[in-house]
Amino acid sequence: MSFLDYFRSKQSPRSAATAKERLQVIVAHERGQRNQPDYLPRMQQEILEVIRKYVPVEQDDVQVQVDENGNCSVLELNVTLPG
Amino acid sequence: MARIIVVTSGKGGVGKTTSSAAIGTGLAQRGHSTVIIDFDVGLRNLDLIMGCERRVVYDFVNVINGEATLNQALIKDKRTEGLFILPASQTRDKDALTEEGVSKVLEELKGRFDYIVCDSPAGIEKGAQMALYFADEAIVVTNPEVSSVRDSDRILGILQSKSLRAREGQDPVKEHLLLTRYNPTRVSAGEMLSVADVEEILAIPLLGVIPESQDVLKASNQGEPVILNVDAQAGQAYSDAVDRLLGEDRAHRFLDEQKQGFLKRLLGGRG
Repeated sequence: MSFLDYFRSKQSPRSAATAKERLQVIVAHERGQRNQPDYLPRMQQEILEVIRKYVPVEQDDVQVQVDENGNCSVLELNVTLPG
Repeated sequence: MARIIVVTSGKGGVGKTTSSAAIGTGLAQRGHSTVIIDFDVGLRNLDLIMGCERRVVYDFVNVINGEATLNQALIKDKRTEGLFILPASQTRDKDALTEEGVSKVLEELKGRFDYIVCDSPAGIEKGAQMALYFADEAIVVTNPEVSSVRDSDRILGILQSKSLRAREGQDPVKEHLLLTRYNPTRVSAGEMLSVADVEEILAIPLLGVIPESQDVLKASNQGEPVILNVDAQAGQAYSDAVDRLLGEDRAHRFLDEQKQGFLKRLLGGRG
């Protein structure tokens, strides 16, 4: 701490709070992905290709997710069809 | 039965080797025969931090390949009784560490030592995975900084899914958080994540907090583990951490800002 700092008011933004918030979001997101089986992205791609044979859908229109429910897992498939 | 402790972090430069050297020395000081293994193939550095770089003849990979015996490769520490170092190889061969090879050497070491400290390389590649694979306990070295905390969480995920204990469905690897380069002044100014913040995000038990200190660089300059500097706060903090690792109760120290005198602050005094 230098001479000038001593007289400077301590009104700097509390960047640690920002760091904590950002970390909580990214860590929660990455933990969610961690528990997903490795085959999920490939399966999503194949499902997308099957659907595309019949309906024009984009990559983002198909959401695949695995939820743990006690001792069983639920595979959730959400397809947004073009109106 | 020997305990295998991996010192890991994901991110580089957070203090894995410094911590391995300090904790290994601390364990030996307390009467537990200890070996510290450098897993950083190609980037050997534990020898420098321990001050035995000129005594390296054979290394970990030589032992795995049967080119040297364990006795030939182990370096006996000259300062601390019961402490040995197994240096990393400087080969550029990424596949030098095989699961069978590492397992064979660890088995032999288990018969001779109470503690085997594995100093992991940075990253999540083969070397880092080999360092943590056989671990009973993991010390996750983290700086109070976003990238380090995120990488620590990633390493925790790997410990929980890819270690031998996880694969074989045994009791999980015992996890410890070691927060290093902690600066209480910056924490109280709101510029640095606090111990509580990091604990909340990573959600693993806290082993110790090592204050940011010039004594750490001084120790590595001299090739002396900082735990041997009993006057340094960092050395004392490592000592406390070793006691906690051995199951003793020690209050955390050096977490609060140290008040400096007006004159010292005026003149830019250093903590």
